[in-house]
Amino acid sequence: MFESSERLIAVDGVGKSYGAVRALGEVCLEINSGQALGIVGHNGAGKSTLISILAGTQLPSRGQLAFADGEPMPGYGVGQAHANGIRCVFQELSLCPNLSVAENARILHPAIRGFGWKASATRLIAGKLDEIFPGHGINTGEPVGDLTIAKRQMVEIARAFTFVDTPIRLVILDEPTSSLDTVIARQLLAHLRSFIDQGGACILISHLLEEILENCDRIVVMRDGGVVADREATAFTKTSLVAAMGSVAKERGSTRRAPTKRKTGEQPLVSLRPARQSDERTLNVYTGEIVGLAGLSGHGQTEALVDIYLKNPPSPLVSGTQRPMALVPGDRQVDGVFPLWSIGRNITIGSMRHMVRGGLIDQQAEERLAEEWKRRIAIRTPDMHDNILSLSGGNQQKALFARALGSPAGIILMDDPMRGVDISTKQEVYEMIREEAGLGRTFIWYTTEMDELEHCDHVYVFRNGSIVADLSGDELTEQKVLQASFEESGDAERRHTRVDGAP
Amino acid sequence: MKAFIPSSRILRSLLPAFSLTVLLIAIFYLQPRTMSYMGLNLLLNLALPIAFATLAQMCVITVNDLDLGIGAFVGFVACVGATWLNDTPVLGAGVLILCIAAYAALGALIHLRNLPSIVVTLGMSFFWLGLALLVLPTPGGKAPDWVRAVMTVKTPGLPATIYASVLVAILVHVALMRSAYGVVLRGVGGNPRAVERAGWSLLRAKMTMYSLAGFFGVLSGISLIGLTTSADANIALRYTLLSIAGVILGGGEFVGGRISPVGAVLGAITLTLAGSFLSFLRISPDWQIGAQGAILILVLALRVLINRAGSK
Repeated sequence: MFESSERLIAVDGVGKSYGAVRALGEVCLEINSGQALGIVGHNGAGKSTLISILAGTQLPSRGQLAFADGEPMPGYGVGQAHANGIRCVFQELSLCPNLSVAENARILHPAIRGFGWKASATRLIAGKLDEIFPGHGINTGEPVGDLTIAKRQMVEIARAFTFVDTPIRLVILDEPTSSLDTVIARQLLAHLRSFIDQGGACILISHLLEEILENCDRIVVMRDGGVVADREATAFTKTSLVAAMGSVAKERGSTRRAPTKRKTGEQPLVSLRPARQSDERTLNVYTGEIVGLAGLSGHGQTEALVDIYLKNPPSPLVSGTQRPMALVPGDRQVDGVFPLWSIGRNITIGSMRHMVRGGLIDQQAEERLAEEWKRRIAIRTPDMHDNILSLSGGNQQKALFARALGSPAGIILMDDPMRGVDISTKQEVYEMIREEAGLGRTFIWYTTEMDELEHCDHVYVFRNGSIVADLSGDELTEQKVLQASFEESGDAERRHTRVDGAP
Repeated sequence: MKAFIPSSRILRSLLPAFSLTVLLIAIFYLQPRTMSYMGLNLLLNLALPIAFATLAQMCVITVNDLDLGIGAFVGFVACVGATWLNDTPVLGAGVLILCIAAYAALGALIHLRNLPSIVVTLGMSFFWLGLALLVLPTPGGKAPDWVRAVMTVKTPGLPATIYASVLVAILVHVALMRSAYGVVLRGVGGNPRAVERAGWSLLRAKMTMYSLAGFFGVLSGISLIGLTTSADANIALRYTLLSIAGVILGGGEFVGGRISPVGAVLGAITLTLAGSFLSFLRISPDWQIGAQGAILILVLALRVLINRAGSK
């Protein structure tokens, strides 16, 4: 596609080890200007390590980075990365929640200083936000902590594209669209394309394979700390990508559950009418169902989950009873893990009440539960007593699933829990959800990924805080969900449609 | 409609000023004679040292740490001020500069060895107290005349404490809330990793904040002996908790880099006045600490209410 693109950086035999653990083998890779490079791979494939080295936040144990116009540099760090015009949007956000949007822009730019810095920082970030995400509605004076996660992501992305004196040559985006809705994601991808057309380089990491296939010129597949494939994007299909990553691609449709028939007259297990619902539609959930909440992100799905949770308090009459439901959170960092605790304790906390003997915690029962879930959900750790943060993101999320599934709760609420989780972990979790649903557990699942709705018996589509569609069985198609999500704007294009007319 | 309802953020930042106003009105009501130059001067006499100590604490809280040694440190500074600074000013000034350097080193140690600040500063509090006793084994000493003169200066209109508090609050506000590097310093409290990833030195930021804390600790000790004229090793032990309470009362939070210098000064003044207020109510000094705690709980409860209203 861009045969004339020049080499920008050569990654020359770069490797990274943490003690005895080899996170990255010896990777050789060329990053070219005017090209979007997609990197795909499982958790633990070395993607994050590779981009941390490129961004200068970690030093490689072996090998070096060579720039087209310079010597291979020893002691490459964040400073040099910035001086070479390399920017990185990390998966877990790198914004300070206590600072305003403009102040966060200043943090990235040592050059914005002196009298009037605030005005220039505001101009810089507001200009970039307007350019990438027209109509973003973000007030640059507001503290980042008060913004929604999608808006924070927008700020972080826009910030990465701002520059003061050194032009940007390479932008690394790690799962940039995972918390953005369709329209915003498309704005970003369009901006990315124009940045590349102007000679910029970009590395895109995403678990959405269509996004990679449709927006990248070249794709690198990583596995076990090494590069296993490096070809033009057109040479790949979704199946061949998944095959190259080493996990088994499951045929779509075969996983589809036979829809359970709802009996009229049966009392629903959970029934909710969203606060902003103007008509009589209600969200009904029956025992053993997997119910999906769909629609664009931030349209009231999370609020519906929280409402359901709060409206079903534990029985006050029977002491020691728990809420009949457990929540798998989506924002791991904020309301998921207990960062100071071990993996085991993070899992067993959900069932603590059932492991009390004479007022004390039965440590053996606790160990048993932790070990059982380590086996059942395949958490990759040598020891469940290790700190939860020693796990990769996907494995932390598995631990949160284990917490909910391990508890006696009959209803599991899921708040878009698969954000940024790799494909094989997802497959394992989907399997487990179906199995548990078969055993009579009920799942209410808010998801931003169309694929996941395939696993649901019943899907409620939300728009502006109310339910706009109630789909099940054969009605449940991507087209229908999109139509419902976009009805007002009449815009029902697929999320991953390539945004520019690519040559 | 929305424009008429101030956001909970603005309400929260007004809360320290509101609580101080309420307290002042209550005091004026109970004891109208305090509504004079002389009365205000007496009421606010000890506010300045507490305000400085509170600002010192706030610097440490900004970077998600807590200083449990500030009271003992202020006591040590007071002892140095009432002895060496008076007898041999050069030696005295040198020691005080060393003190600030020691605070910077403390910040470096806590950061590099990843130690809990509570443990380190609690240990240091005994160190400072011991040093203070070595310098001044029995209460006494004499504050330098110039310190005395500065602290008792008569200003037109309002007592000097008020002018000084306003000036200090504005200076620190500009330095931490408005300056470009102040943003980085507060960012360290908000998300240290993000600041590091942007290429800033966390070590430098922590050392800056700790040396600022040391600097305000020195100001607190010196201004204190300007009022008391002599010193005692135990003179400021209660400042440790007062300063923490002042920061929190002023709208700061223990973690997350959410601070307010203006609020901290207001908080310190509120706490100072709370003592007088309780005396006017004829509450025995034995109960005063408990009553101050009650005031603190009241204000924090208001803050929670505002937050709740804001999140609705």
